[in-house]
Amino acid sequence: MGAERIGEVFVSASSEGRAAPTPYRVVGYPTVDRSVELAQAALANGADMLELGVPFSDPLADGPVIQRATQVALEQGATVSRCLEAVSALRRRGIVAPLVLMGYFNPIVAYGIGAFCRDCSEAGVDGLIVPDLPPEEAGELERSCGPVGMAITYLLAPTSTDERARLVAARTKGFVYLVSVTGVTGTRDHLPARIAEFVERVRSLTSKPLAVGFGISSPGQAHQVAGLADGVIVGSAIVRLAGEPDGLERVGEFIAALRRSGVRT
Amino acid sequence: MSHPPSGIAQAPATVPDDRGYFGAFGGRFVPETLMSAVEELSQAYADARSDRAFWAELDGLLRDYAGRPTPLYFAQRLTSLCGGARIYLKREALAHTGAHKINNTLGQGLLARRMGKRRIVAETGAGQHGVASATTAALLGMDCVVYMGTEDMRRQAPNVDRMRLLGSEVRGVNAGSRTLKDAINEAIRDWVTNVRTTHYLLGSVLGPHPYPMMVRDFQAIIGREARSQVLEAEGHLPDCLIACVGGGSNAIGLFYAFLHDPVAMVGVEAGGRGIEAGEHAARFADETRGRVGVLHGTRSFLLQDDDGQVLATHSVSAGLDYPSVGPEHSFLREQGRVTYTFATDQEALQAFRLLCHREGIIPALESAHAVAEAVRRAPTMSSEQSLVVCLSGRGDKDLATVMSAGGGQQ
Repeated sequence: MGAERIGEVFVSASSEGRAAPTPYRVVGYPTVDRSVELAQAALANGADMLELGVPFSDPLADGPVIQRATQVALEQGATVSRCLEAVSALRRRGIVAPLVLMGYFNPIVAYGIGAFCRDCSEAGVDGLIVPDLPPEEAGELERSCGPVGMAITYLLAPTSTDERARLVAARTKGFVYLVSVTGVTGTRDHLPARIAEFVERVRSLTSKPLAVGFGISSPGQAHQVAGLADGVIVGSAIVRLAGEPDGLERVGEFIAALRRSGVRT
Repeated sequence: MSHPPSGIAQAPATVPDDRGYFGAFGGRFVPETLMSAVEELSQAYADARSDRAFWAELDGLLRDYAGRPTPLYFAQRLTSLCGGARIYLKREALAHTGAHKINNTLGQGLLARRMGKRRIVAETGAGQHGVASATTAALLGMDCVVYMGTEDMRRQAPNVDRMRLLGSEVRGVNAGSRTLKDAINEAIRDWVTNVRTTHYLLGSVLGPHPYPMMVRDFQAIIGREARSQVLEAEGHLPDCLIACVGGGSNAIGLFYAFLHDPVAMVGVEAGGRGIEAGEHAARFADETRGRVGVLHGTRSFLLQDDDGQVLATHSVSAGLDYPSVGPEHSFLREQGRVTYTFATDQEALQAFRLLCHREGIIPALESAHAVAEAVRRAPTMSSEQSLVVCLSGRGDKDLATVMSAGGGQQ
């Protein structure tokens, strides 16, 4: 079952005294085939789990780097079906790590919610993150995910009230995705000043694993987050490297550095 | 009261429900960062809604500052040309800033102040909502940033100057088709980033709950005035109401007070260069591309491809050039309460010229879509019947577009 598989990643990383690095990749950037190779390279270099971005024309929670990559991916024909094929391809290559799809809700609605969950499960997807779908609107998706054992992971933000934090913590599967900043995705020079306070606030409300994402772009920042949380999600910084001509090597090196920096001191 | 004529269903008394749903449409599809903000906004609006002092202040501003009530004008020469129903124009263009948008911006501006927010962000297509937002921000002493697609900045340049003169910052958006949809994306990104200090002054009956309800309530004054004005002029209710529908705020504003009356209602979408060509913004008329989806926080009809990617739209009028539509319109259509049709760019331009020549009124190109439908429909009705057209805005901003499309010749 997806939720258990995802949860185990954090348990085993924690037993090794480190936070689990979780890279985010846009499927179809720079091309569909290349994004499969990049995903494989990320896992070979120490990623515990992968978040695969399903492109959407209007990514309103994303900053410029992921917006641009999304645009390229759509031009490359990265439809929902092609994203599922990419997951199947990774499984055929022997990838056993949890694979989570992150994408906006409308392409899922257009695909058909029931069919989407069934096909995700068949392709080997363990879970879903849908940034514009709060738990209040996710009833239908949850009912379709449940029978096929797929997790839906919800997000919390610094602006979330304790009441919302309890709701999200109760409904989320696998882990809680903590949005580090009040803002959109994208690299930032510094971690937000009150990140520790935010993580501790959620920690006091749930025993589920906590992974922090949005704005984490260097091994140094990842090291700071590793002292607080169970997982470190890195998106824009990796997407940017993936677009370089020697992207495969650079993404691999970067993830290896993230993995080393995730060890708690 | 007599039974309504056939084909006119009665709308349910209270929509939306607590979760912001109009039947199957609406809701709150926003990133978690914004959830607390929309909950806070819902609470603040619920408090204001039952506060007589809030409405008294708003009514005072609408009267003394915005110039309400706007007239309901019997368009005699247009009526005699069409040869049928008596055509009335609800002259929202005569409100301060030249469009109905000020009704909503004043309401939300007072609400933002009540919530302690000192900064406003807004999106704009035609620039009318941007100008109304900039005006309200100046009036209430708030900072204001307006996002506008660069294509719209080009074709509605006078409004860009107006916003800047009013002290607002206009930020051009270069993404996508560089029109209203892209401006909303960017306004939402700003709101996500600055949500603690900033109110998003959304300009139409779109977005997450409570916006579709709240904007409707602020615009409903159009129909309340029109209803009493037409009763006084005609001695009875009109037979039909017509309004253009981009997001749909002027249409809901006109329709809302008549929903339980035996009055037909027609919403007019932008037919652009034609439905088959796919270059339009007619969410309802295009049965292939217009399907229920989720964009900008709400579930409604949405122009999209088979993969759920939002399609680029086209309309000669920037204010109608948007791929989704207010959820209450989807609901009213499903209920059979409102009929939706479209007018093409050419029909709107013809109606624009007709109103200029025949009545001495330069309408906004958005409103010209409604006029086009009135010109089609009036001759099919009897001279005993009447119809009310919402003339939602004035057309000064559109002169460059109209002149380049062949000028003012009939």
